Amino acid sequence: MADNRDDDSQYRIKEGDYVVLKRGDIFKAVQIQPKKKVIFEKQWFFLDNAVDHLYSTTFEIVSGVLQPKKLKDEAGTDNRNIVDDGKSQKLTRDDIETLKEQGLKGQEIIQQLIDNSATFKDKTEYAQDKYIKKKKKKYENTVTILKPSCRILAMMYHGREPGKICHLRYDTLAQMLTLANIHAGSKVLVFETCAGLVLGAVMERMGGYGSVIQMYPGGGPVRAGVESFGFPAHFHDMLHEFPICHVNALLAGTLDTTAKEPSADSKQSTVAEEKETQNQPEAEQQGSPEEQNMETNSGADDQEKEQKEKRKEAKVKLEEKRKKLAAAAALLEGRNADGLVIASRFHPSPVLLGLLKFLAPSRPFVVYSQYKEPLIECYTKLKEQGGTISLRLTDTWLRHYQVLPNRTHPLLLMSGGGGYVLSGTTVAMDRSKPAGSQRAEEPAPKRLKLTDTEG
Amino acid sequence: MSFVEYSDFIQDGDVAIVYLGHESMMPVKVQKGAQTQTRYGVIRHSTDLIGQRYGSKVTCSKGGWVHVLHPTPELWTVTLPHRTQILYTTDIATITMMLELKPGSVVCESGTGSGSLSHAILRTIAPTGHLHTVEFHQQRAEKAAEEFKEHRVDHLVTVRNQDVCKDGFGVTGVADAVFLDIPSPWEAVRHAKAAMKRQGLCCRQGAGQRGSIRKKGGFTSHCSGWMFSPESRSQAEHHCPKTLQPEATNRRQDVQRTCEALADQGFEEISTVEVLLRVHDVRNVSLPLPDFGPDPSSQTEPGAATAAEKAAPNHASVTIKTTTPPREIPGHTGYLTFATKPRT
Repeated sequence: MADNRDDDSQYRIKEGDYVVLKRGDIFKAVQIQPKKKVIFEKQWFFLDNAVDHLYSTTFEIVSGVLQPKKLKDEAGTDNRNIVDDGKSQKLTRDDIETLKEQGLKGQEIIQQLIDNSATFKDKTEYAQDKYIKKKKKKYENTVTILKPSCRILAMMYHGREPGKICHLRYDTLAQMLTLANIHAGSKVLVFETCAGLVLGAVMERMGGYGSVIQMYPGGGPVRAGVESFGFPAHFHDMLHEFPICHVNALLAGTLDTTAKEPSADSKQSTVAEEKETQNQPEAEQQGSPEEQNMETNSGADDQEKEQKEKRKEAKVKLEEKRKKLAAAAALLEGRNADGLVIASRFHPSPVLLGLLKFLAPSRPFVVYSQYKEPLIECYTKLKEQGGTISLRLTDTWLRHYQVLPNRTHPLLLMSGGGGYVLSGTTVAMDRSKPAGSQRAEEPAPKRLKLTDTEG
Repeated sequence: MSFVEYSDFIQDGDVAIVYLGHESMMPVKVQKGAQTQTRYGVIRHSTDLIGQRYGSKVTCSKGGWVHVLHPTPELWTVTLPHRTQILYTTDIATITMMLELKPGSVVCESGTGSGSLSHAILRTIAPTGHLHTVEFHQQRAEKAAEEFKEHRVDHLVTVRNQDVCKDGFGVTGVADAVFLDIPSPWEAVRHAKAAMKRQGLCCRQGAGQRGSIRKKGGFTSHCSGWMFSPESRSQAEHHCPKTLQPEATNRRQDVQRTCEALADQGFEEISTVEVLLRVHDVRNVSLPLPDFGPDPSSQTEPGAATAAEKAAPNHASVTIKTTTPPREIPGHTGYLTFATKPRT
């Protein structure tokens, strides 16, 4: 029995868990925090009641709290007699508002609408379903709580905030993860500006084994999306980061990540001293002279303690940062990474050319771009410099189907674009022969016959 | 070398992939003393392969050269010996994500076929997951088991030679995900449900496992181009030869039967998708510029003009770097239907 309970716990919602709320096709990532109100689809509610229930449970929102949803319920043949005159529904808007105020739940409101509709009975079964579905969307108050996964989060981001993830569609992400052969135990480099979604997806596929090095532009790595995956703590042990501003130094062998104790110390103390002298004049301006003197004396003591603490903290932080940088550099300088994934708003060509150098031979890489042309440039540059094979520029087309008896057809709306992917494999660089002698992989450009025009 | 773990140097007994050129590769079983024929000459395993780094260039006897690559499920998919119609990387990638496969996942699959999907699953679920694969054709089952051993992934997979529609997967209540690619998947849906992690009165309950069913496809469409906007969708279908239509309907009917079976068994979130890959071939294209005759407003002398006319305009052209689609593209590979097993 105890054994079963252990197995069970991974499927139960716990306080502090990162979850995804779902209604229909709408998703939202939140954290279960006690007595914290969340907003989802214009409704406010507490998530407290969800704790200890199984994931994928559907709840009803009743007066701002969750209640598990209880389980559950004559048609025409076609629409020849149905006239759209706007008079089919007996309930007015005011009537419906009154019902809402009376506390009628979504399902009950929908039932009232059906009962008061003159044409509902005449609709075909299909049309009835469609009607109910439409009303459900408007009046429903259910929410399903899901365990986060790459699939769910990728769909969420693409639906809610595609701009944050460079419009990377989830099927494109699926292609990238497979083409880059992301698997447990490898060493993968990731450069992304997709709010951490791509990084999280890579980490999920590695299961905590191996290492991931996030190459980041600017001041610090962005990883908000990674949190939403709800990884166990030890997953973060395999995650490293390295600022791209040091890439050239690392490649040239000039990056110094050793501790610089004496100079660091003195720098810190001068900074602290400056702060102290700044603070004292401020203190002197307050209160009467005697009080002031006493204040400044004890104040100075307290301040000095504070300054010392701050200096200590800053030193510790700096040391931590240095250690992390050294660790990441150590992983990179062997130039034996197993995979490279790039998905950002930066021009992919220089990013790719710069980071490819860290890959071992016979290893895959994938580059995502919202646009095709930058990848054409990557392709061309790679061909020129050699060292890669099997270059392929692709995009995928995703089509959903409605599958119902006698009514199966593709859905009318399709996702316009999910971005492009350039994939390839590294090989040992051929240093003996010039790059131009690489075996041609594309036919020579077509030469059109020019007919002579008589002048 | 293994299909689930990289290594740096080629060793005796490895399976390596020889890359000959664009879209031309073959698998090679590395053996001391053995030789492999290629159009560029002979590769002698002992001298040219064993001990070399994966990714190296190998010069063959005739003087031509090839590259030797570390195997991956993706490379295997395009080089493996076909015993059946296989799944290609595009569909495999979609399935992997939609079934939420990751290290530790327990997966049930039928039929094993030529093992294309199997290898990809094994790569993703390693080192702690397991694949239960069922193949009703005895020789294919044996060949698959053999390959798993050669590829050093046999500890992660169990091959069963039986009929999944009658006898199921051979395990119950263990799977996080189930995949069916058989002629009548609706007959196996109840077995799929049984194989999935159990939910019942005792505390051992799972919360939603994903299942996936693929209705076989695999013929090339003769559409000459892609049309994406919904309005022209009917045009795209119009271009396809008539013979494809009945097959398409049959497949859709099969999908319907499958979806009904899933719904009957209480599966939820049933959805059917189709994923198609577009390849863009990068090309330099030279476009000639038109010659509209001499520009009347030009100020050059008549004599010089005629000479210039003869020399320049006829050869004026612009070269652009662009992409073109290949001449023929797969119009349809298969429908993927996904569903979630309910919690109750």
